[in-house]
Formats: sequence, C-alpha cells, structure tokens
Amino acid sequence: MRRFVNKFMETVPHLQALGIGYVASGSNWAELQMPYAPQLVAYPDTGVIASGAIFSLMDSAAGFSVVVARGRMEPHATLDLRCDYLRPARPGETVIGRAECYKLTKRVAFVRGIAHDGDPEHPIAHVAGTFMFTAAEAQS
Amino acid sequence: MNALPPYATMLGLSRHGSGFRMPFSYHLIGSPGRLHGGALAGLMEIVANATVRDALDDSSAQLKPVNVTVDYLREGAIEDTYAEAFIMRMGRRVANVRVEAWQADRARVIAAARMNILIVRA
Repeated sequence: MRRFVNKFMETVPHLQALGIGYVASGSNWAELQMPYAPQLVAYPDTGVIASGAIFSLMDSAAGFSVVVARGRMEPHATLDLRCDYLRPARPGETVIGRAECYKLTKRVAFVRGIAHDGDPEHPIAHVAGTFMFTAAEAQS
Repeated sequence: MNALPPYATMLGLSRHGSGFRMPFSYHLIGSPGRLHGGALAGLMEIVANATVRDALDDSSAQLKPVNVTVDYLREGAIEDTYAEAFIMRMGRRVANVRVEAWQADRARVIAAARMNILIVRA
C-alpha cells in the first residue's frame, strides 16, 4: 500500500514540492507526513514553518481520507476547509497530518483531522472540511 | 515590506497592486490540470498577513495565525493567480481579514478565505 500510494503521490507536483508522503491509512482515515524542509519556513528567525504548508498537508490528508472511505479513486473537490492553528510546529520536526472521513453522503464527504509533530495528544492544528463528488454529473 | 520568507518564495509570490500574484508553475499542480488547493490557501494566508502587517501602526508587533477558513468556489486553472485581502476589523489584539483569489477575470473569484490573525504587541 505504502509503495503504491507514494508512487501515486510522486505524480502530484505540489506534494512533491512540499515533500509530502504517505504514512498509513484505514477504512476511513489517512495519515500523511511532511518532513521539515527549508522551503517550508515562514519565519526565518525562528525556523518555524508556514501555516499554509500545514494547510496543504491537511487538505491532502483530508482528500485522501475521502478516497479510502469511498473505496475508489473518483474525483472530488474541496468545498471548504477550516484550519485552527493551535501552536507553531517545532522547527526540525516532521509534521504528521491525520484526517478521518467521519460521514459520507451521496454527494458530500465530511472530514476532520489534526496535525502534530510527534505527539497526537499535543496537536499543532485542527481541521474540519467538506468535499463534493464531481464525477456523477457535469456541474457548472 | 521585508524580503519574502522561503515558503512564499517557493510559491513564487510577488507584490501585485495591493495584493500578491502567484504565477503559474508546474510545482503548484494538485490533480491533473488544476492548482493544489493548499497552494491557493498558502497564497491567501500570506496576502492576509502582509495586508495586516502593512496596516499596523506598530512594526514591532508579532502576527500569529489563529485560524483560516477557505471556500473553494471554482477550479483553479493552471494559470496565474492573484489575491487581495480586506481587513474587516483591525482590533488591538486581533485582525479579521477576508481574502479573494482570482485568475484571468477579477469578477470570477476562485477561492475566498476568512482569517483571524492575533496581534501580539511588545
């Protein structure tokens, strides 16, 4: 699974640019990682990474949790995503993004998740979002 | 404003009018033929932050993101993207900001964000 997903993720340029890779997944959840890297830094004086990079990680983990929950690779679009930044990520640490698709309806998926840098009990960020399925019929 | 931090440089951002421009680049792609939603969010957060920074009377104040909500309204095409932020309220401790992102047509907003930024004064 890991090799297959990483192979797929290597074809997504923005994930490559951020260094985002696969960690694990289950029936309705997915975990991705983003190792610390100089190009992610937003505060050069402290080395703290950009909240926007964490948003990207969580958007990706959330989208991936929807794919595993549906059990098939069909297109969806993010409707909205809210991210609460609970504290800065520790410089040098890999950030883990874990998202769970807790409700699937015919057209919409509801997702929640957290980002942490080692201890899930001490998260960096919390997210909640919705995704819409785009394959069924053409919509404007 | 000071030089842009590495993350903003990675996104390729530059000042454009009162906001920023993110020129299309291969590494911003998410799914085939579309910009990654996270790159749009990154652009909008940076515009929000810079707009509050510019409006602040106190250059020693620190800005910390509290939260951001992004509404994705249209697909982000693989072309240049622009974003502008509007300060809804500049308080002493927190700024509430709205951001719009668009591409070729200013009237067709592709994403909108709402952000709270904490202002920590020295």
